[in-house]
Amino acid sequence: MKPARFDYVVPATVDAAIEALRAAKGEGRILAGGQSLLPLLNFRMARPAVLVDLNGIKELSFIELRGDRLAIGALTRHREIEQSPLIASKLPVMAAAMRHVAHLAIRNRGTIGGSLSHADPAAELPMLSLFYGAELHVQGPEGRRTIAAEDFFVDALTNCLAPEEIVVEIEFPMLQHDGWAFEEVARRFGDFALASIAVSVRRSGTRMDDARVAVMGVADTPLRLRQVEGKLGAIGIDDGTPDRFAEFVTSSVSANGDLHASAEYRQHLLGQLARRAMQTALAGR
Amino acid sequence: MTTNISVTVNGTKCDIANVEPRLLLSDFLRDTLGLTGTHVGCEHGVCGACTVLMNGDSIRSCLTLAVQANGAEITTVEGLGTPEALNVLQAQFREHHGLQCGFCTPGMLMTGEDLLRKYPLASDEEIREGLSGNLCRCTGYQNIVAAIRSAAALRAEKTP
Repeated sequence: MKPARFDYVVPATVDAAIEALRAAKGEGRILAGGQSLLPLLNFRMARPAVLVDLNGIKELSFIELRGDRLAIGALTRHREIEQSPLIASKLPVMAAAMRHVAHLAIRNRGTIGGSLSHADPAAELPMLSLFYGAELHVQGPEGRRTIAAEDFFVDALTNCLAPEEIVVEIEFPMLQHDGWAFEEVARRFGDFALASIAVSVRRSGTRMDDARVAVMGVADTPLRLRQVEGKLGAIGIDDGTPDRFAEFVTSSVSANGDLHASAEYRQHLLGQLARRAMQTALAGR
Repeated sequence: MTTNISVTVNGTKCDIANVEPRLLLSDFLRDTLGLTGTHVGCEHGVCGACTVLMNGDSIRSCLTLAVQANGAEITTVEGLGTPEALNVLQAQFREHHGLQCGFCTPGMLMTGEDLLRKYPLASDEEIREGLSGNLCRCTGYQNIVAAIRSAAALRAEKTP
């Protein structure tokens, strides 16, 4: 047996899941897709007394259009998001990024709520939630509350949830854009990003009206680069724009290094990806 | 704490009593059911050797608890074909020498089955992307890609 011993419950409702977490007195862990938690259990880096399996709560799995927003249930699997025509038409940047989310077998199990809660700084969905300005609806013993994605990620692998709170759904506002791009480099396709950037732009002729920029893989959390967005709003568009944009991005971020890539390499990579992303976004699609 | 589970494996319903929740599906298949075709490599979701189908979707059996397969249909490499009658993908692996030491092969086959069913696999790039979660330490990828390409073409012929 790889994992240490634990008790296992499969509640049928969110309320029952919260109750099970409360009964576990801080020794409980939530199991969603399990694609990050099971490795931790197998290594015995996590040794919860109780595993609360959300997979019995069917109403947590949905993709739904709500006015100018798309709501996604926390238990919706990566593969469903990847294949959803609704996501493809309403959240195209997310649709483009999904093939980079791990590998086929992991996408078949992994969930959006699990990925956001795990808060890996080099995972696509946390970055996309910042990029789109998503809101996470979470439920706990005190009821429901809403957390902006920008407040949710506190540090590497750390979110702002209270111990007995569960992410139940995420709302993504749709963005107006004239062009967008998603760029990522990983050591192996589908692995965690060494660096990645998402960009969208709105323009009137040669003037940039609005831009949205988020990056990941370079800091302890994914980052939305609001400063860069502000600078872009004031510039004209010409052949030098992708280069200037790459400068804005690299000067606003100081990349971390680790075993997989040095800080210098990541910083350089981010600049290259930023240039490429802006070229694509300005070409429009 | 133990539970009773009922899993359909390769078409046969298995009712197993007293399963510990911490038992991984991979160990359940190999140790409890004796189906050692599913290989266990890294046991943390990196190598893909333990890939099986659960309700038709490829999954890592080392990242799934046996109790989570309660009520599900599991297909392992033993469920694809027999030595006398290989299925299309297995036959193409043999034809193209898509295996060397054979350790990664069960995972490659199960991933390949899922890919063939869900993706058009029009290009080698799509096949390689689909296989990106499976490691072959012999680095025999060229022939694995060729085998899947060939199986995809054969399936496309059969189902116009």
